[in-house]
Amino acid sequence: MAVNRNFRTCPATGLLFHEPAEKLMRWNAVVAVVALLVGGLLAIGVLLTRWQAVHLLAPDTFYQFLTAHGLNMLVYWIIFFEIAILYFASSTLLRCRLAAPGMAWAGFWMMVAGALLNNYSVLRGDSSVMFTSYAPMGAHPTFYLGLILFAVGALIGCFVFFGTLVVAKDEKTYRGSVPLVTFGAITAAIIAVFTIAAGAIILIPTFLWSVGLIEHIDSLMYRTIWWGFGHSSQQINVSAHVAVWYAGAAIVFGAKPMSEKVSRTAFLLYIFFLQLASAHHLLADPGLTSNWKIFNTSYAMYLAVLASMVHGLTVPGSIEVAQRLKGYNNGLFEWLRKAPWDNAPFVAIFISIIVFGFLGGISGVMMGTEQLNLIIHNTLYVPGHFHATVATGTTLAFMGLTYFLIPVMFRREIAFGKLAIWQVYIFGLSMAGLSLFMMGAGTLGAPRRHWDISFAGNAFAHEFPGTAWLMITLMAICGLGALLGGAMYLAITVWSVFLGKKIQTPEFNYVPAKAGVAPAPQPTAQPSTVSATLTSHHGGIGAAGMIAPGTFVLALVFLTSFVLYYFVNWKYLSTVWPLK
Amino acid sequence: MSAILPPSERVWWKEPLDRVELLWIVIALVWCLIMFFMMPYWHVYGQQNLANEAYRTTPEAFAKKADEVIAKYKVREEGPQKTPVVKPPAGSDVYLVARLWNWQPILELQAGKSYRIHLMSMDWLHGFSLQPENINIEVHPGYDHVLTVTPTAPGKYSIICNEYCGINHHTMVSPLYVVK
Repeated sequence: MAVNRNFRTCPATGLLFHEPAEKLMRWNAVVAVVALLVGGLLAIGVLLTRWQAVHLLAPDTFYQFLTAHGLNMLVYWIIFFEIAILYFASSTLLRCRLAAPGMAWAGFWMMVAGALLNNYSVLRGDSSVMFTSYAPMGAHPTFYLGLILFAVGALIGCFVFFGTLVVAKDEKTYRGSVPLVTFGAITAAIIAVFTIAAGAIILIPTFLWSVGLIEHIDSLMYRTIWWGFGHSSQQINVSAHVAVWYAGAAIVFGAKPMSEKVSRTAFLLYIFFLQLASAHHLLADPGLTSNWKIFNTSYAMYLAVLASMVHGLTVPGSIEVAQRLKGYNNGLFEWLRKAPWDNAPFVAIFISIIVFGFLGGISGVMMGTEQLNLIIHNTLYVPGHFHATVATGTTLAFMGLTYFLIPVMFRREIAFGKLAIWQVYIFGLSMAGLSLFMMGAGTLGAPRRHWDISFAGNAFAHEFPGTAWLMITLMAICGLGALLGGAMYLAITVWSVFLGKKIQTPEFNYVPAKAGVAPAPQPTAQPSTVSATLTSHHGGIGAAGMIAPGTFVLALVFLTSFVLYYFVNWKYLSTVWPLK
Repeated sequence: MSAILPPSERVWWKEPLDRVELLWIVIALVWCLIMFFMMPYWHVYGQQNLANEAYRTTPEAFAKKADEVIAKYKVREEGPQKTPVVKPPAGSDVYLVARLWNWQPILELQAGKSYRIHLMSMDWLHGFSLQPENINIEVHPGYDHVLTVTPTAPGKYSIICNEYCGINHHTMVSPLYVVK
């Protein structure tokens, strides 16, 4: 079979696209957005039911909607998009042909089939088992089969990605080391492989159990292994969206990583330690020792948290350095004040970093502390946490990236002008509010995945404090904002892709690359200005002997809130019933 | 655009660090270690810990023990299902059965006294969520999980289920009384 070596160069960005890779990226991104649409429609039902003043759905429909909402958002939207990112980070950034496009398509269609089958099982009504599908509560066999198919398809996607790295190295399409963003994507793909392995180890027996070939699935074993899949899949997101942060800083500001060494080591810590976090979900379970819980829940000694704190500094830090080099070098924050606050990709990434760090990161450490988990486990605090990490951190970063990629890959202008920037603010801030108020309600005891916290008609009804109800109302109002923001995103992207104004460029043609070898990369950007300043003792930018003092101050603000909130929670824990 | 290009310095691992990064890494690492040691510290000096005492057992064996305690210490019945209310002596073993979709029996405990509460599910996973204290513990089928609790203040508390357990999950709630 002849290898397709047709490439085109994007006239606006200089990026090089391999024809089959570009098509795969487009299709994966389009299906991802369809999953986001489905998940978003389901979110309406979930939100308007939890908002008990409306209480829209009947209980069976509510649990069904909630199951499908979780799957479509956490799995299908995110992972289809991530496969597109993997192909982008390998083929496009390494200026290399995609390895085995045929396999990539096979993987893609398996993922589509799996997603459809799994959604079908939930639609049947007998598989409302939630995203987590804890055995021994059973779903229809197609539920597990769909997930398995999807996972195998995603695994194929990961191996196509790895194959592309090999091709790039072999055909010498880049010099030296891979770009940092590709390095982050490699991190995500490595984590994806063992995530999917954990998924296979638990979902295949559970599938066999659902068809009657295995008699018993132990509930603790299920939870322990399933979370090796369920939590780790969210760690893929973290690695992927951190890579997107770096990409965004590079694209919008021409920012160079402050230090390749630090950023890459931080990604390496993810590979070593993120996997341990399945323990976060097992801290209130019987049958596991505290030693096991403490070691695993803290990623050894919070070494993955350390990595995230490092990325949280180096991404804005690299933006600060780039801005200061452009002349915004006054005071601590001129670089931030004069940032392009009307640039959708930048604002999306900025809000993503802030909300992921302040709301998602800090709350995640709280829940993942062995004893503090007792006052958080399975309350609304938990979905509050992951609406900050995944729904804001990851999703918003991906949204920002699409605003960059639509003109590049689909050759269409972003429709509706200024609406995109409004979309980012509305979605980001509403989702942050939703997360915050969910956490508030959870702190007051309100449970997650619950149809009626008023316990209407129940002789033993529990009355939650008025503040918890207030929190739920505020959560619902923010949720409406987030729905609006989500709808705006879908409208803008779908309209742009199909009906947007075409960007006419004579260069929009695929040209065959020189047989066997794609053009060697020319260092197009201003390569060594920053490193020159770095080596020459800060070359006059920054203050107090630092090249990014503003970011450092922001980091200290973050640390202060982290420390305070951490000890507030211990104080709160110390007031509850003694327990041993 | 260099995060999306290969590093400009081929020997990037020898580039010097800026003070910002170095300082932050040290600060963050110290904080991470503090958070890590907080957990063992609380096991020694804190009051709220899980003891990790758990036994494999069967629903039948667990239900039998629960019934014995109910027969011995029942003080009255409550609610439409005539759920037994038990008032066990301080320090004794109490069995709380979780099943679709109720908790049994209802407990009446004395403030300031300690009890060994055994938690287990008869069927699927359930979540023990004591409100308004907000103590939350996972309840598994087949694992008898023992907690030694000491209620602090008298009053009416609720145990709600906060692990999704099917269509009537939201109806699974039971009172817990603490008396002087």
